[in-house]
Amino acid sequence: MQLMVLAGLGLALMAPWLHRRLGERSALVMAAWPLALAGWLAFQGPGILAGDTLLLEWRWVPALDITLTFYIDGLAWLFAMLISLIGAMVLVYTSEYLKGERDLPRFLVIISAFMTSMLGLVLADNLVTLFVFWELTSITSYLLIGFHHQDPAARRSAQQGLFVTVGGGLALLAGLVMLAQAGDSWSLAVLIQRGEQLVGHELYTPMLICVLIGAFTKSAQFPFHFWLPNAMAAPTPVSAYLHSATMVKAGVYLLARLHPALGDTTLWEMTLSLVGAVTMATAALLAIRETHIKKLLAYSTVMALGALTMLLGIGTPGAMVAFVVFLLAHSLYKGALFMVAGILDHATGTKDVTAMGGLRRVMPWTAGIACVAALSLAGLPPLLGFVGKELMLASLLEALPYGGLVLALAFLGAFLTLAVAGIVALKPFFGSLGDTPATPHEAPWAMLIGPALLAGLSLVCGLLPGKLDGLVTGVVSGLGVSDPNVHLALWHGVNPALLLSLASLLLGTLVVRYWDRARGVLARFDRLAAFGPEQGYERLMAGMVHLASWQTRWLQNGQVRHYLAMTLLTLMALVGHALFIRHPGPLAFHVDAYFHEVVVAGLMAAAALTACLMRSRLAAVAAVGIMGFCIAMLFVLFSAPDLAITQLLVETLTVVLLVLVLFRLPRFTRLSTPLERCRDLLVAGSFGLLMTLFMLGVLSADALPRISDYMVANSQPLGQGHNIVNVILVDFRALDTLGEMFVLALAAIGVQAMLRFHADEQSDPATPGRRPDDG
Amino acid sequence: MVRSGTLILSVAARLLLPLQLLFSVFLLLRGHDEPGGGFIAGLVAAGAFALYFFAYGQYALNAMLKVSPRDLVAVGLLIGLISTLPAWLAGEAFFTAQWWSLPVIGIKVSTPLFFDIGVYLAVVGSVLTAITALADTAQASDASN
Amino acid sequence: MESILAVAIGVIFASSIYMMLRRSIVKLVIGLMLLSNAANLLIFTMAGLTRGAPPLVPEGQVAPPGAVADPLPQALVLTAIVIAFGVLSFAVVLVRRAWEIVRTDDLNRMKDIDT
Repeated sequence: MQLMVLAGLGLALMAPWLHRRLGERSALVMAAWPLALAGWLAFQGPGILAGDTLLLEWRWVPALDITLTFYIDGLAWLFAMLISLIGAMVLVYTSEYLKGERDLPRFLVIISAFMTSMLGLVLADNLVTLFVFWELTSITSYLLIGFHHQDPAARRSAQQGLFVTVGGGLALLAGLVMLAQAGDSWSLAVLIQRGEQLVGHELYTPMLICVLIGAFTKSAQFPFHFWLPNAMAAPTPVSAYLHSATMVKAGVYLLARLHPALGDTTLWEMTLSLVGAVTMATAALLAIRETHIKKLLAYSTVMALGALTMLLGIGTPGAMVAFVVFLLAHSLYKGALFMVAGILDHATGTKDVTAMGGLRRVMPWTAGIACVAALSLAGLPPLLGFVGKELMLASLLEALPYGGLVLALAFLGAFLTLAVAGIVALKPFFGSLGDTPATPHEAPWAMLIGPALLAGLSLVCGLLPGKLDGLVTGVVSGLGVSDPNVHLALWHGVNPALLLSLASLLLGTLVVRYWDRARGVLARFDRLAAFGPEQGYERLMAGMVHLASWQTRWLQNGQVRHYLAMTLLTLMALVGHALFIRHPGPLAFHVDAYFHEVVVAGLMAAAALTACLMRSRLAAVAAVGIMGFCIAMLFVLFSAPDLAITQLLVETLTVVLLVLVLFRLPRFTRLSTPLERCRDLLVAGSFGLLMTLFMLGVLSADALPRISDYMVANSQPLGQGHNIVNVILVDFRALDTLGEMFVLALAAIGVQAMLRFHADEQSDPATPGRRPDDG
Repeated sequence: MVRSGTLILSVAARLLLPLQLLFSVFLLLRGHDEPGGGFIAGLVAAGAFALYFFAYGQYALNAMLKVSPRDLVAVGLLIGLISTLPAWLAGEAFFTAQWWSLPVIGIKVSTPLFFDIGVYLAVVGSVLTAITALADTAQASDASN
Repeated sequence: MESILAVAIGVIFASSIYMMLRRSIVKLVIGLMLLSNAANLLIFTMAGLTRGAPPLVPEGQVAPPGAVADPLPQALVLTAIVIAFGVLSFAVVLVRRAWEIVRTDDLNRMKDIDT
């Protein structure tokens, strides 16, 4: 199974090749992969929905307890099924929609990569794996929103979507780590059994907040809703697939998945139901202002996501059933509607609803599909959307002490949803024929089949809701509802929920009737948008750029000395803090030295000081040389013959190098002011003092056992060498030595590169670098 | 700056070079048991070539070496890497030393020895690269004077 | 002896930093040399100093008869010396090239020249 899902990545790699061989039909061929997956899922379906769970284990990074395990229960099954089925339809649709698009191979690559990531996300059992796939969906979504990368608006929207979702992803990562800490496992299947342990844990609140931020950004909940309508810059198949049916539901999926583990607290219920309801209402009001058909649909997606979040917050068994039915219904009708929007865009050349009209005569099939899907969106019988909405209203009525506010907001959302449905279904297809940039024509079959199937499913499921009982029971039991007793029906008799539905029908119709006037009224509140979350996002980004440029100007002003001083001061602060405040200890000073040793050490220090004071380069280099020889002497005195030889040889070669270079450069001149000298002297002096104190501190502390005893003992028996230093270099720690060889090689390559640069320059006399020499 | 040197330097360089190279090989081979080894031997050899270079100049050095110092670095790295392969073929951990005894002369041959030879070549190559590079630029600016 | 060396190493560190903070790029290179030497000595000294007992196994024996100097820091420092030389040669060539192009060794002036 893992291989089957990951095969999507292979397919992504093959897409350009397929495209070259088959042209537009490559998308049709690729659709076979999600269909095969759907077939496999359908084969497993009865078992899983009866309550079995599949745990397919594949160890990935065993050392970190990261596995590529798939955990398939009802919830994961439903999502995976939707992803593969809608994915197949979207691919078929794409073959026609992006016909002749030069970048079609790129599109196919990214969308199959997305499909893989999304499947991985809903099937993953391990939290780390889940997170990896979660981020992959964000990245592929970014690439797809910015598909028309020549368009600055698309680039901007893509970036906005990426920042919001990946920012939330960071919070999610923190939340997941806390979750694993608190639950003592990285496996979702285990964690959802440990609800009480998690809820009682002291990390519960921060963990919940982090996870919620992650889920809310992904699922475009208020106040992060603004990125989704902007994401409509993507090609329509992407909007239909990522931004309504699958990716934006990842947040909702995660919440549903964690509901058994984290739910059942007041914090969870309050936050989710209120945020969901507010999202619903906000999106509904914003939707009515729009005339751009895709943005209109996007806002209605935000409404639906809000509704789903709200239902999870309510958390009663009834709400859970409503959640599942509503989720299914929404995926079906919204996918269909987006594809219809794409067809309209293709046929008329505009995305403005107000410019379209009377298309039902030219595009009868499209009109029919749109009407069926819109009826489901509106929540009217006999469609699945109606069943879902009735269940939602019923669960709202029976739940929550503070249900009044939520109910009011949800009711607002419900009747405005109805209005949106009316606008989408009626405006383009009825009335007089609009004046559109292109001459409308019926869409080809490949574009119709997807929406037609989805709309048809909405209708069939709506007429025969009882057939879904088994499915819904299977999913709900995975949501922590024990003993689910699901009986879906189209007609529940006259009850309060039905009355609410009727009221919303009435109000919704009024809104559609007076839509133009309603838009005018709402337009007066446009100035409020200046205080909206999108403005906040813009401010934040601008502030970040400002901060970055300020700190770059201040810290990275292009002067190496400045960087060095900064680094040193930081180092001194940290080391000093560790040495004197965190671990104050005795600083013993032992004088147990022979006279000649002290002389050598003193000479060495004096030579270093002399090197600083000399005005002549030759003297400075000579002083450094003397220091080097003193060091070699110390190596001899303290039992390091290899080091002594190496040091002597290197000193010799260093002199050769310096002779070759330094004497072609100008003499030392006094460049700094006395003040600068004093400042540098202070920094340098205190750093030297700190190093001395640091060494004294370490030497005074209790000595730890040497780690080299093993090497001393085994140099001859194992390494067959008598020079222990050399055995360490070429045997015990040979890998380090290999690394050092590479460093040497890199230095040599660097030198060689500069040489090459020099040769190029000489062959080109126009280069300004070489001027007539004056010395 | 770098021109063919004085008579004493020329003669000394010519006489010393073989001796120094021999010494470096000696240091390399005995390095496992006495002070010495690839790094030290490489530095000695590089010093010898540097002396020759000062006496006779770039072209004489290139003519004698026949390969560019840069290639020496590459060969050194390659030998270092190849010396890891026997352990891999024997199914042991990466870099595990392998020892063989040559039957006739009774010398022990081992992967650490090969590795040390790799170190030796890498050191010689990179030091010589730096020195010849600097001499090149020095000559170039001499020419433009 | 370690304590005395600690003071001497502190002096070398201070000199190297002072040199590296100067405006002349040649002084920067000299500072770099001082710094690498100071760091090598620091590692060597911190492991403790031993007189007259190099880490060699006498011929015909399997282990040194008594305590010997710690071989591990010696191995580290040995490679560090050679690496420092490699880095120095790179820096020196860089300085040389920079001088040829911008004709100054003053870092402040180098920064202002766009080449």
